[in-house]
Amino acid sequence: MNGNWNWDTFFDALPMVLEGIGITIGLTFACYLFALIFGFLWIFLRRIPVKSLNWIITWIMEFIRSTPPLVQLFFIFYAWPMVPVIGMALDPFTSAVLGLGIHFSTYIGEVYRSGIEGVDKGQWEASTALNFSIRQKWTKIILPQAIPPAIPMLGNYLIIMFKEVPLASTIGVVGILHMANSYGAQHWAYLEPLTIVAILFLILSYPSAILINKLEKKMNRRFDKKAIVKNSKGAVM
Amino acid sequence: MQGINITITVLIASIVCGYLTAFIAGFCRLSNNIILRKLTGLYVEVFRGTSLIVQLFWLYYALPILFGFDLGSDFWAGVLAISLNYGAYMSEIVRGSILSVAKGQTEAATALNMSSFQRMRLVIFPQAVRMMLPEFGNYLIQMLKATSLVSLIGMTDILYYGDILRSSNLSQAPTVYLLVLIFYFILALPLIFLTRKMEGISKKGVASG
Repeated sequence: MNGNWNWDTFFDALPMVLEGIGITIGLTFACYLFALIFGFLWIFLRRIPVKSLNWIITWIMEFIRSTPPLVQLFFIFYAWPMVPVIGMALDPFTSAVLGLGIHFSTYIGEVYRSGIEGVDKGQWEASTALNFSIRQKWTKIILPQAIPPAIPMLGNYLIIMFKEVPLASTIGVVGILHMANSYGAQHWAYLEPLTIVAILFLILSYPSAILINKLEKKMNRRFDKKAIVKNSKGAVM
Repeated sequence: MQGINITITVLIASIVCGYLTAFIAGFCRLSNNIILRKLTGLYVEVFRGTSLIVQLFWLYYALPILFGFDLGSDFWAGVLAISLNYGAYMSEIVRGSILSVAKGQTEAATALNMSSFQRMRLVIFPQAVRMMLPEFGNYLIQMLKATSLVSLIGMTDILYYGDILRSSNLSQAPTVYLLVLIFYFILALPLIFLTRKMEGISKKGVASG
């Protein structure tokens, strides 16, 4: 590398950037949790047996999915307080959880859906034959079989979300990217802090990607052997 | 909204460069040359492991300082970041699809005395492309969403003008952002239908290479 790289700046910026990492990780998990719960909501909304409603909800999901999360964040942070009647001011962290959470819940809803559709039809019929209530059907029969195969996909989304969380720095959540930018603005040195951020992301996301890969292989082996899943209740909830 | 030109230009440039990167990187990862393979592997892991917005800022702010050259403009920084990032993701699809073409096809082509280039061009590739289509369609929409980030490095796209409108009249914020969202959705609609069509094509199995 040439002379523009400065190790002093690097070590000067490191502690400041690291300060933001708690917020970045915290925000990731908060968004993820929100998306996991909200994803279920989409599933149940889509199962309402009214055709027109079903159509509307499908297109709402499509709308949320195909518009940029950045604009959605701006909408929630800047525009929501101005909406009459239901509008209220939200702090940056909550806006980010809502914005990114809702955006990714549509993806996670799809993951759930594919899991639920993957459950054999006979299982539904059997549970009806055994006189299970609707609640029992879902909690005892369908979900325990639908969720575990989806876990690797859900894990992938955790990593994807982790990489989208820096978007929140644009509305003032002080994560690592925000820290790096403000260090850059103070000292007029963007190179080192931004490199630190890139390295941090790599350090955190690469091992988790490998972990998810292993999990996926393990799952595949398990489901190849036997389709019946034991002890999986509450694996995600 | 004048910004729509910029958004579309960035989108098209990113799509072209992104697919180009994807195919080059995908083929490099399958090459027999170990150095080439490892280098591309490193590139893919780095760009998949860090987030797009960080790469964008890095290319825009850090690269000119580090190597002393400018990318020419914010336009190229944006296009480069988006296409390198999604190129990395899509190269994995290219690689996966080519690998999943049945081995017997390669053997049959060899038996017919085709050169390795002919084998790839006439036999393997046309079959692999069909498998790539649906995923590529999804990434089109992803790239459209990613173009909104270029407003952060000062490009005057839809979102940028939306921001300006908002700051000139705060109470209009809901309408402005809703409009921006709808604009993006209108841009995305043809891509959504294209994706569905691509899925249909790849299922029917009438895709031409």
